[in-house]
Amino acid sequence: MATLAPPDTTQAVVTAPGTPPPRRKYAHRMYPQWFLLPGAAIFVVLFIAPTFASFYYAFTRWTLFDVEFIGLDNFVTFFTDPQLSKGFTNTLIFGTLTSGLKVVLGLLIGVLLTSDIWARGYLRAVVFFPVLVSTVGVGITFQALMDPYDGLINQALAALGIDGPGWLTDPDLALYSIIAVDVWRGVGLAALIYMAGLVAIPQEYYEAAKVDGASGWHRFRNITLPLVRPATTTVVILSLIGGLREFQLIWVMTGGGPGFASDVLASVIYKQYAYGFFGLSTAGNVVLFVVVSAVILPLFWWLNRKQTDL
Amino acid sequence: MSPFTRRSRPAAIAGLAVAALALSGCSAGGTDDSEGPVTLEWFQGSGVETNIATAEALADAFNASQSDIVVEVDASGPSDSAQLDNLMKTRLATNEMPDMFWYNSGSLLQALNPDQTMLNIKDEDFVGDLDDAWIASVSTDDGVYGVPVQTAGGGGIFYSIPIYEELGLEVPKTWDEFLANSDAIKDAGYVAVEQTYGDAWTSQIITLADFYNVYASDEDWATKYTANEVNFADDPVAVQSFTKLQDVYDGGYLNEDFASALLNDGLEAVATGTAAHYPMLGFAQATIATNWPDHVDDVGYFGIPGDSADANGMTIWMPPALYAPANTEHPDAVKEFMAFVASPEACDVLTDALGVTGAYLVEGCTLPDGAPRIVADMLPYFDSGDVAPALEFLSPVKGPNLMQIDVEIGSGVRTGESGAELYDADAAKQAQQLGLPGW
Repeated sequence: MATLAPPDTTQAVVTAPGTPPPRRKYAHRMYPQWFLLPGAAIFVVLFIAPTFASFYYAFTRWTLFDVEFIGLDNFVTFFTDPQLSKGFTNTLIFGTLTSGLKVVLGLLIGVLLTSDIWARGYLRAVVFFPVLVSTVGVGITFQALMDPYDGLINQALAALGIDGPGWLTDPDLALYSIIAVDVWRGVGLAALIYMAGLVAIPQEYYEAAKVDGASGWHRFRNITLPLVRPATTTVVILSLIGGLREFQLIWVMTGGGPGFASDVLASVIYKQYAYGFFGLSTAGNVVLFVVVSAVILPLFWWLNRKQTDL
Repeated sequence: MSPFTRRSRPAAIAGLAVAALALSGCSAGGTDDSEGPVTLEWFQGSGVETNIATAEALADAFNASQSDIVVEVDASGPSDSAQLDNLMKTRLATNEMPDMFWYNSGSLLQALNPDQTMLNIKDEDFVGDLDDAWIASVSTDDGVYGVPVQTAGGGGIFYSIPIYEELGLEVPKTWDEFLANSDAIKDAGYVAVEQTYGDAWTSQIITLADFYNVYASDEDWATKYTANEVNFADDPVAVQSFTKLQDVYDGGYLNEDFASALLNDGLEAVATGTAAHYPMLGFAQATIATNWPDHVDDVGYFGIPGDSADANGMTIWMPPALYAPANTEHPDAVKEFMAFVASPEACDVLTDALGVTGAYLVEGCTLPDGAPRIVADMLPYFDSGDVAPALEFLSPVKGPNLMQIDVEIGSGVRTGESGAELYDADAAKQAQQLGLPGW
């Protein structure tokens, strides 16, 4: 690897300031363009083509064998059917809450674990550990822990004289229990991103602020918070995309139940597919695609704009 | 140092990737069966132990009876029913189903589009030996597709005989008597009605097993339902299939852990006498016999009672079936095995392996004496003819969300009337997907 010449040098020569974008740039490309073909072919066949096909099938009643065009009926069903529209609102609740909690808790843990505390390396490993465990494993474990009678959580509460609720069996509580588990599982990654952002902040700012008599809170509010903005952007975007698409944890822990109480778009789509409503299921995927795009793209633009304003 | 120069290394990797793609494209080859016995793979889900035992008993007996065909049971399918449905549909649609598979009869079969995906056995001799009600539940207008692999059994209420004897109760003949019994049981400190919504499908039993009462009020109800002329919410008899579930919750009869308990918890409760009633299907009798053999005779059965003491009956469930995909490479071998499964010999194999579980659907099959109590309580209904197949065996229309809706009703989240309306809308989606006229 040491023999590799830094590619930057050639690039820098070609795009030297002042020179107009020359055609020669392409002639100087390190590899022929047809190297892209295998990757592009896979991408087109497995991703682009199905994506566009799905926009068509979303407007049909589809049995895998016969296709009948039914216009917007699938979308009407999706938003008028109480059990399907419930999945829509739950998705937004799930995405926003998990993302918000991961930002707040991730930042706090990140600050704590970049400060000078005892057993820092060990604690960092502990916080990151849940990220490494399979989601299905996490789901099954917490399903057992949250069992209303035999679960460790309620048995511990009972020892304290508290009558614990049915974490996953109470329809008003099930979604929030899963949100808590998802935050537990994902906060390690958020904290890791924050730690990387925090150690990149030059210590001089803190020293200068200290000299000027800024309190710990002021230093956090006026130095740390603005300067970890890139990390915040990353955490928000990643966790929001993940949260809006979450399926595994919900499916393992409640299957969308009890009743429809913890159904989200992804679990609704999966169930429609299992029921053989392929058109309706595809319409759900289109809705999910539009929702994720409609939430993430403006947010991404807004967060990045704020960043350059600083 | 790497033998690759800067330029050649990525090129070599790309070349390898292309070669790998090309190789994988031609790796799927056929197998040659010209020598030796034909091996047939029989695919099923891994969820129900009794089903796996059934398949293995049938396969072993068949393999021992001849030497040309070897049937191997592959019970590696998912245990979760939604996942299994997905896998079945995908495999059938992509022509990747093994030679034979195990699946439900009735409306679930219709959703697999059997006319296009399955081996039609309409013209085989052995079909003539099958029960008419069975044939109706595995047929379309164009073909017959499956042979029964187990017995037909009733769905209704499993009840604890010791509790009934202790409290001096009679088997209820009307729904009001059932509620009165439940009140007395509750007052005596027992769980009056056990429910197990941790296995969500068990929530449907009261609704589905109540169908005999709908059938008794109108024998053509199912036909009208398929044609969208009647529905649950607006029919004063049919709506009770949902309000009865609400009655059970409103009465405060349920076990404390109803929201998280599982099927086996429910069976244990009614077998060991901590709960007096458990709505369940006949097939679960085998689990009681295996797990709590001392209590087999402590559990009896009665059908869900209706309004009138004179019209008691039982809703019956057709067993799952053995099917083959349309593209099987060995249609003749498959049909030979099907003929064996649809023979009195196979019935005896099942009786030996599993005991008496219900009524066989093959002509010439006999039941030995000494049936366990639950089955013995079902036999009079069969003898008197006071039976109706569950709606899913009479009509292809079955809303897929019934179990979630019933969990909501049975947990007091939704009223029975509201659940019936929601279920009607759910069934309409299924009917439209099937392209039925009138929806």
